[in-house]
Amino acid sequence: MKILIIGGGMGGTILGNNLARRLSAEIKAGKVNLTMLSASDKHFYQPGLLYLAVGQMMPDELYRDQASLLEPGIEFQVDPVTEFHLDDNQVKTQSGRTYKYDVLVVATGSRPIMDDVPGLAENAEMFYTEEGALKMLKTLREFDGGRVVVTVGVPHKCPMAPLEITFMMHDYFKERGILDKVELYYTYPIGRIHSLENVAKWATAEFEQLGIKYETFFNMKEVDGENKILRSEEGSEVQYDLLVTIPAHKGMEVIESQGLGQDGWVPIDRLRLNMEGRDNVFAIGDTTNLPISKAGSTAHFEAEALGENIASMVKIGQTVRDYDGKVFCFIEAGKDRATYAMFDYQNPPDPKPPTRAMHWFKVAYNKLYWASARGLL
Amino acid sequence: MAEKTVIDARGSFCPGPLMELIARLKSGQVGDEFEVLSSDKGSATDIPEWVEKAGHEMVETHEDKGIWHITVKKMR
Repeated sequence: MKILIIGGGMGGTILGNNLARRLSAEIKAGKVNLTMLSASDKHFYQPGLLYLAVGQMMPDELYRDQASLLEPGIEFQVDPVTEFHLDDNQVKTQSGRTYKYDVLVVATGSRPIMDDVPGLAENAEMFYTEEGALKMLKTLREFDGGRVVVTVGVPHKCPMAPLEITFMMHDYFKERGILDKVELYYTYPIGRIHSLENVAKWATAEFEQLGIKYETFFNMKEVDGENKILRSEEGSEVQYDLLVTIPAHKGMEVIESQGLGQDGWVPIDRLRLNMEGRDNVFAIGDTTNLPISKAGSTAHFEAEALGENIASMVKIGQTVRDYDGKVFCFIEAGKDRATYAMFDYQNPPDPKPPTRAMHWFKVAYNKLYWASARGLL
Repeated sequence: MAEKTVIDARGSFCPGPLMELIARLKSGQVGDEFEVLSSDKGSATDIPEWVEKAGHEMVETHEDKGIWHITVKKMR
């Protein structure tokens, strides 16, 4: 059996290592071939970008050689897919090779989109790429006061990021001794300041205590860079001196151009994770159309469920479990405190008050992540 | 030609049904309808509230076996 994983991010890597362990005997016996194709020879720890933007991590802490993270049973190639031929059970790659499969897993992730809002790319800071995070850090270092507006596109990767960057910038300006010259102004697309109701209640109280202003029902329409004005689809506008955006995201271009899903999101079954209409094609992580958080933990838990099912299909010819929608998100709350939200399809989150211990656990996890990617944590 | 799309946001606590609707509306055409399925009764109030502010149109809302069906038409 040929198992082909497209993508070497968190989901693809955890799934690959999971399968390599579960199917080690079958791989050694030549009954299973496990191949991973990626666009890069490096593995990128994306959650670290938040810290990079405020000078708390360095770029070299965010990368490892992808091959060093993988179990020996995985055949790893840096060769991005350019064509999907699902009816023929094969893909074609940039190098011109054809890879056949019996089981295909698409884990190609998502990308920030800055050009769907006029003026946004030219006038806003964003931290969803290494280049963007370093540019934002430079801007924050040189900022000497004024109104800092945070604005949020949908859908976006990491639902906690809008709150986290706001709290972290509050701390950053306080440490620089210029907080009294800064007005933080947070905007959010729906009628409260976070999609999770309990998180919104907690964060609203924090904002009011810290003097952070906010406006809800605010979806970006356009940025007037000359006059430093951000306008919303709902008809309001806000003046800014520094504009920070959590941009909208799309799936990878090849997913959309090859007809696998609108905006690059692959439509899948929420329990089995198979692509609609396909029993041997699966998707995990950001690239799915599931109505749950685009976050590393989502990819992690999906990879574990799918790994168990693919391995059981090989061993006993049937799946053994469903993905339950589990998500776990740390929430950096400023002042060296953090909390977390854990939820699934059936159970809403109930975040606890932030603590210093949870913040230091998150800081430790930034290092422990590499064990997580190897499937050891 | 206008289309109707079902957005299955059952069990979506984060980003939630309204955020799913906002995301999908962006890539739709004027006149398209979107039927949101939500297991959160709060959707029956927060979706119409946003739809009015954003200048779109509520088409129909009903509840069936604990699932809210909320249909919205993209107007601009």
